[in-house]
Amino acid sequence: MSNKLIDLRNITKSFDGTLVIDDMNLYIRENEFLTLLGPSGCGKTTTLRMIGGFEKPDSGQIIFEGTDITDLAPNKRQVNTVFQKYALFPHMSIAENIAFGLKIKGKSKAYIDDKIKYALKLVNLDGYEKRKPDSLSGGQQQRIAIARAIVNEPKVLLLDEPLGALDLKLRQDMQYELIRLKNELGITFVYVTHDQEEALTMSDTIVVMNQGYIQQIGTPEMIYNEPENAFVADFIGDSNIIDSIMIKDELVEILGARFACVDTGFGNMKPVDVVIRPEDVNLTSPDEGTIQGEVTHLIFKGVHYEMEVTANGFEWLVHSTRMFPVGTKVGISVDPFNIQIMHKPASEDEEAVAIDE
Amino acid sequence: MNKRLLQAPYIFWSAAFIIIPLCMVFYYGLTDKTGAITLQNIMTITDPEHAKAFFLSVELSVISTIICFVLAYPLAMVLTNLHVNQHSFVVLVFILPMWMNFLLRTMAWQTLLEKSGVINGILRFLHLPALEIINTPAAIILGMVYNFLPFMVLPIYTVLTKIDENVINAARDLGANSFQTFLKVKLPLSIPGIISGITMVFVPALTTFVISALLGGSKILLIGNVIEQEFTQTGNWHFGSGLSIVLMIFIIANMVISELTDQEGEGFGI
Repeated sequence: MSNKLIDLRNITKSFDGTLVIDDMNLYIRENEFLTLLGPSGCGKTTTLRMIGGFEKPDSGQIIFEGTDITDLAPNKRQVNTVFQKYALFPHMSIAENIAFGLKIKGKSKAYIDDKIKYALKLVNLDGYEKRKPDSLSGGQQQRIAIARAIVNEPKVLLLDEPLGALDLKLRQDMQYELIRLKNELGITFVYVTHDQEEALTMSDTIVVMNQGYIQQIGTPEMIYNEPENAFVADFIGDSNIIDSIMIKDELVEILGARFACVDTGFGNMKPVDVVIRPEDVNLTSPDEGTIQGEVTHLIFKGVHYEMEVTANGFEWLVHSTRMFPVGTKVGISVDPFNIQIMHKPASEDEEAVAIDE
Repeated sequence: MNKRLLQAPYIFWSAAFIIIPLCMVFYYGLTDKTGAITLQNIMTITDPEHAKAFFLSVELSVISTIICFVLAYPLAMVLTNLHVNQHSFVVLVFILPMWMNFLLRTMAWQTLLEKSGVINGILRFLHLPALEIINTPAAIILGMVYNFLPFMVLPIYTVLTKIDENVINAARDLGANSFQTFLKVKLPLSIPGIISGITMVFVPALTTFVISALLGGSKILLIGNVIEQEFTQTGNWHFGSGLSIVLMIFIIANMVISELTDQEGEGFGI
């Protein structure tokens, strides 16, 4: 897993004077499931299109297995793309769609027929050879688009929001399907999505992007549990993000009350952002809590109750399996290791990426 | 709101100006002066003069259609790739001549091409040999191409803009170079536009009598001129209608054939 397969070096790209990617550095390892995650307009699709060869960076280099492919045409790259809206050839049958790349490469008919069979089996659509794309459902078309790409045995499969057009149930099924495919094929997947759940479910590595900058790179666990800034914390899952002051190592003042935490090295009396996940907020009787508040909203969500608790002037979002009716006086406590301390944005560039929701 | 009421204007229109005239053409075409049913009018197409005009019409309109296609397809591709503000300008430049009267445009070519016309004046001034195009089939083809080219460009342009850019990208992604992408994806996907373009050029070119009258002089007769003369000069509505029927059947047969080959062709995209 340690080999750098693709290396993006100092990539900058703008469209009509608007900067989309600013001095981006990112490497993708062999056999990795890497997800570019971010809101629309963050530059994730542009990044993917540059790897595929459909866009050229204004400056910077794209290195593939040690060779500079920045200026190489898409048809000469050892990567294949699964496009957002499938982009199947409407005038060809399913078999002809899958055979397209192989025929271009001049493979024998027997080889191609074998590959079509194999690929259709892999995506669970045996027997669909003679059908036309428009006679298939969205999910089926997406599988064909994947089959059409993988028969070419690319080193990297690029997926551009491939599940975006599917309904929720199908999307979840396809997530498991993609993980299975990835394991069977043993190739690198670079996946673009704005859906944080998709990213958390499937990825080995998540790259969180916003406004052309990489916000954080890490495993799903790291991204979720240790977000590096308020944007990542807010974008991935629900969270309470609170202006606080780091009193000293392992002690933070949140909304006027002192909480024990585990972070060190932020200095003394420094303003910081604190993120506490709603499921990490413990509701207790008022006298047991570090701070006291009152339940103002209550919604039943199935797995848990979602509550809002007003305490020390802040609306705390709380997920709990225990129900506290609206109006209940409660205490709030948080385990030290569940308090995630983050630096305040240092520069204006970073300021620009602050939460806009 | 009553849908029938909304349809009424069109139903009235088509009855008054399409169906009744069509019935009259068939009536005149299939009867003789006494009113008896006959195929004689239709058979006048075998008359050497008429047959010659018919085949010349077919020949010239096929050539014009081919020239239009060869000019229009690359132009439509260029238009598709242009930036939005640029392309409305280019389309405008292209369509502008169509806002001028058709007769006026064709007569302008007459003036340009005449023996003592503008073009020959310039050539003479440059001491180059004069062009003898006026009153030849070449002049008629020129007139047809000039007048009907937009009708080829627009349907092809429309169909090209509708092709999903990612389908083209997918072909490139799967290893096709730009020529292979054109041959295997772009061209097959634009066939519907090509067919309507061909129809919209071929049919008016086949039936025209104005272009041939103005640019072909009285020497070259196309089937359109023959029909026109039957009505306006000889006053034989029966012959004129009979020849119109022949032309109509020929055009319909052609459209059916192209429609069928298109459907069959779909299966052999690769």
